Amino acid sequence: MKAPSSLLAALKDSLPVGLGLAPLGVALGVLVVQAGLHWWWATVFTTVIYAGSFEFLLIGLISAFAPLATIAATALLVNVRHLFYGLSFPLHRVHSRRGKLYSTFALTDEAYALTANRQAQAWPGRRIVALQMFLHLYWVGGATLGGTLGALIPERVAGLDFALTALFVVLAIEAIRARRHDLPTPLLALLAALATYLSLPNQFLPVALTLFTTALLVRRFLTTRRPTRA
Amino acid sequence: MPDAPYLLAAVVTSAAVAWGLRALPFAVLDRLRASPTVTYLAAAMPAGIMITLAAYCLRDVPHQRPDRLIVTLLAVGITVGLHLWRRSALLSILVGTATYVTLVSTLLAN
Repeated sequence: MKAPSSLLAALKDSLPVGLGLAPLGVALGVLVVQAGLHWWWATVFTTVIYAGSFEFLLIGLISAFAPLATIAATALLVNVRHLFYGLSFPLHRVHSRRGKLYSTFALTDEAYALTANRQAQAWPGRRIVALQMFLHLYWVGGATLGGTLGALIPERVAGLDFALTALFVVLAIEAIRARRHDLPTPLLALLAALATYLSLPNQFLPVALTLFTTALLVRRFLTTRRPTRA
Repeated sequence: MPDAPYLLAAVVTSAAVAWGLRALPFAVLDRLRASPTVTYLAAAMPAGIMITLAAYCLRDVPHQRPDRLIVTLLAVGITVGLHLWRRSALLSILVGTATYVTLVSTLLAN
């Protein structure tokens, strides 16, 4: 596939997801300004960190002057899911060193979702990298727009952070639907969340995610040790 | 307002962790693929992680004033209902958020 057609294909693949990413980026930019930061921090966050959901959480952490260790621990636990994306992301199609570096950097939920299918395994590398660059562009563009226009949005427009809640609710529904046969997993996550809420609500994410992962491992250990039924 | 050195350190820390997690599997990919436990976690974790993140966003709900509580539950309900009905992530997020922002900024403004 020639360069222009790869670019065009990547643009076409990325647009539907971009329709969701750009408004979320705008919401992030507005929140950055509402947290008292300069608008260009929205651009810096989205360009350099580029871990969508974590950036929303980071605004809260920064506003509370959380220690760097807490920020690192939260980043680790919130983004640990990315560790599993490498299992099916077609990085072997990207040949240049710079391309590989960028491709791993920009391996977001959305990039993963768009490439975790059979067809993408045969895409040329530049189509994959271009797709990731478009997604990155929507995100940075949205956040910058939100940051600059955020100052113009009246103080009384509140509650934009609900976009993140809605995103996770939607992603949860999708993830549960993809594994209908495995309802104990979401149930374990709910129990872990409830237990954390009742015991250590101030360390919610690290504790709840550790509990959930431990529960999954224990469950696996118990089910694989049990003699298999005929 | 947090100062620039703190913010920069926070950005660099976050970026390093995020990138590290994304790049690491490719360094040890073959061994990872061979482990059934890793394959199991890779398949099972996404649903639970999304639920945990949603629960995190909603963790203050039990402490909210009744009027705010109703607005939150209504917005979540609309997001879920719309998503089960239309299955369009964009539509569910936009309508759910618009509902929440409109109600919070008008009815609950004071």
